[in-house]
Amino acid sequence: MSATRTNQAAAQPLDPDSRAWLRDLRGEGAARDEAISRLHELLLRATRFEVARRRPTLPHLRGNDLDDIANQAADDALMSVLGRLDSFRGASRFSTWVYKFGLLEAAVKLRRRAWQGREVPLEPESWSLFSSAGLGPQEKAEQSQLLAVLQEAVDAALTPHQRRVLVAVALNGVPIDVLAERMGTNRGALYKTLHDARRKLRRHLEDSGHAPDGRLGEEGA
Amino acid sequence: MTERPDLKQALGRLLGPSEPEVGCDECFAELDRYVELELAGGDADAAVPGLRAHLDGCPACREEHESLRALVGGEQAL
Repeated sequence: MSATRTNQAAAQPLDPDSRAWLRDLRGEGAARDEAISRLHELLLRATRFEVARRRPTLPHLRGNDLDDIANQAADDALMSVLGRLDSFRGASRFSTWVYKFGLLEAAVKLRRRAWQGREVPLEPESWSLFSSAGLGPQEKAEQSQLLAVLQEAVDAALTPHQRRVLVAVALNGVPIDVLAERMGTNRGALYKTLHDARRKLRRHLEDSGHAPDGRLGEEGA
Repeated sequence: MTERPDLKQALGRLLGPSEPEVGCDECFAELDRYVELELAGGDADAAVPGLRAHLDGCPACREEHESLRALVGGEQAL
């Protein structure tokens, strides 16, 4: 994707706390074991925080299940952090850097759990399901026209793979990492597919006389 | 679907951000720096171009950004 990377953080002098973490985690013996234990506690703080945030959306999971997920996520995140210590450049505090690994692992596990046993919808459930409540006759007609253009654009401009990814993630709300797992790929590759599909869709809409946000050209261009 | 979705919202999700954006991997690499800059009142969007657009276009990364910001911001407030 085309965002510039010129402002990427250069390696910075580490703050004393970060230096101490790296020294202890790269050390040996009891000092390293103790540092790893503290690191696991830090990760548990993040994974339990994420579990607590998402708990209302997972009413079918019991407390023990949620504790297990938080612990497994912290264990997996610990391996990720220890394997990537050399990539820590001090662009943030060490604890902030560590937290993101815990949050990611917990979020991925919870999203997958929420979709466990559910079929992932890869086709539009129905274009006609969009709400037209509160719309007048003119607006209803415009909505129908826009839906027809969108459907035509999705069918004509995208490859079957792009169409499945776009529909599943953007239309049907399937989490991208759940879809990646089902498709045997990874999140980064799938987002690239989504990005390319969106770009083609925009271009197709523009080429057919619609503004980039889908409005008819004469109204919004 | 239990509720009839709003077409305009769906259109936003279908078309995604119009600005250049980073991918998920670069978003994860920069997320800690971005959040600390945000919480410090700095210009995080200028420091990490394309990350805000990615958060607009990627629900999973957006959730993780919200969580990291809430966790770190909450600790700073203590």
